[in-house]
Amino acid sequence: MVTMSYAEAGKQALADEMRRDPLVWAVGEDLGRGGVFGQYKGLVEEFGPDRISDAPISEAAIMGASVGAAMAGTRPVVEMRFADFALCAVDELVNQAAKARYMLGGQTKVPMVIREPMGMWRSSAAQHSQSLESWYTHIPGLTVAAPSTPADNFGLLKSAIRADDPVVYFEHKNLWGLEGEVDEAADPIPFGKARIEREGADITIVAWSAMVHFAREAVNTLAEEGISAELIDLRSLWPWDKDAVLASVGKTGRLIVTHESVSVGGFGAEIAATVSEALFGKLKAPVKRLAAPRIPISYAPPLEDEVRVSPARIAETARAMVSQ
Amino acid sequence: MEITPEKQREMLRLMQTIRRFEERASDDYVAGDIHGVVHCYIGEEAVAVGVCSALEREDRIISTHRGHGHCVAKGADLNRMMAELYGRETGYCKGKGGSMHIADFNIGMLGANGIVCGGLSIITGAGLAAQMEGKGGVAVCFFGDGASSAGPFHEAMNIAANWKLPVLYVVENNLWAMDTSAAEAVSVADIATRAAGYGIPGVIVDGNDVLEVHRVASEAVARARAGEGPTLIECKTYRHRRHTERPTQSDARPPEEIAAWMKKDPIDRLVAHLQGQQGQLNEAEWGAMNDEIMNEVERAVEFAKASAFPKPEAALDDVFAD
Repeated sequence: MVTMSYAEAGKQALADEMRRDPLVWAVGEDLGRGGVFGQYKGLVEEFGPDRISDAPISEAAIMGASVGAAMAGTRPVVEMRFADFALCAVDELVNQAAKARYMLGGQTKVPMVIREPMGMWRSSAAQHSQSLESWYTHIPGLTVAAPSTPADNFGLLKSAIRADDPVVYFEHKNLWGLEGEVDEAADPIPFGKARIEREGADITIVAWSAMVHFAREAVNTLAEEGISAELIDLRSLWPWDKDAVLASVGKTGRLIVTHESVSVGGFGAEIAATVSEALFGKLKAPVKRLAAPRIPISYAPPLEDEVRVSPARIAETARAMVSQ
Repeated sequence: MEITPEKQREMLRLMQTIRRFEERASDDYVAGDIHGVVHCYIGEEAVAVGVCSALEREDRIISTHRGHGHCVAKGADLNRMMAELYGRETGYCKGKGGSMHIADFNIGMLGANGIVCGGLSIITGAGLAAQMEGKGGVAVCFFGDGASSAGPFHEAMNIAANWKLPVLYVVENNLWAMDTSAAEAVSVADIATRAAGYGIPGVIVDGNDVLEVHRVASEAVARARAGEGPTLIECKTYRHRRHTERPTQSDARPPEEIAAWMKKDPIDRLVAHLQGQQGQLNEAEWGAMNDEIMNEVERAVEFAKASAFPKPEAALDDVFAD
């Protein structure tokens, strides 16, 4: 076990995979200078500029060229810098990368990772703060992951790089500096396998990415009050661990899904619907979603906080549901 | 560079195969046997054949929604092409792609593509992969005048020029993007002049002269293989037919323009060229070649009709690996 940050864990996983497989290479803007968040620092020295490739500000061409290079047998890791910027390349991702295997009758594969740093980061306003993970869960052909810890970033990024399909990989910008224990010899973490962060009996809370940490704070508060909450970190949204969620809600009878992205059409709705379909008779309270209102993210801290789900709000909601 | 009579006759055979294949595809589409939509390449055959005859099997190409010609020119199997148009499980994409998505990765054909300008960045990546492989491979993108005005054109050309990628960007300027004329939609008279903005060669060629297209493409291929980077080749050509084979398909093109271009038919021109030289193609040989092609197309239709539709549960296959 080694202590490392969430950003270092991602870098370590990429470096390991590049050493393991000469076909893995990374491309994006400023990668040779360490990347916008320093998450590629030092890699160009080891792997050279052909494998840590600096591209111009051309998201569509970076994404599209990676699709072509993947079809031609390599394994690109695409850095989009901000999830917001990746929208310049959605055609290449959704119409090309996600469709190629199927549309061409299984003749080809598109093994690529699309790293999209996501989420609110103090006062970055509407074009540098979005959480758009639910969009991609809607697209057949895409895998979607959103790690919350250094160990998960290490293990999930390895799985993403080894996957034979495009993986949209959301790292949360607010977690870059988060430190944690990482087992460098551990196997990659498979997609679709949730982590039970805390076991509990009274209520289930499902979260992913940075929201796991807010939810943990809420769970700690609730524990002091004698409420036993079970916290599930989904880790990947497609595939998602339906079995773990249904087993947990089957036990507790109550569910909160919380995410940083907009509530309307968010992945929480999919989870809520699935639980309602499977466990309608066993629910002790209506399923509750805690997520952002459908407004753009603001710059001024008091405005930005309006869209943020706080640990206090999660605890308060859980308290009310348990007392029902 | 001399193009042998054998090679010229092979070019003719490929061009006529494209034409007969598509005439039949159009008939069967109108008859209701082929679904969706069919975009015919008829009239532009010299571009695909002229360029692909300058390539090796390992070189990669990518195509457009008007893609049958590029498939045939790169060596695709007519049976599997027709079966794909018929939506059968023996088709190239097992019935999942149809006319707009035929691909054959065994011959380096990365697919027709339903998104205008969709192929430019993908082929740029294939060119990058060829550069990484270091075996002298080349990648070719076919696209239309319409795509030359879409954003990814600029991004792809800039990157390919900057990285000296072994790519040929072949714009088939058939003067019309569906019903919008290049004259009103494209800012320059010659799309090849846009190459100057990227510091790469831009070459204009008569796209209905297969021998000229071949010559220009061969030079660009040699440049690419030598590590000298990409070339933008503009082939001036024309489609003989409307945008699609839909009976209700509109056509904004002036009849006199269509008539003038029909006189520049690329197949007629190659036939005349060959017949003008003693002993290279007599009427009987040309007739026999055509009969052989007709038989090949007929066999492809029989193959398609004899093939089963995919089983409904096959809809779930090939979304992901596993």
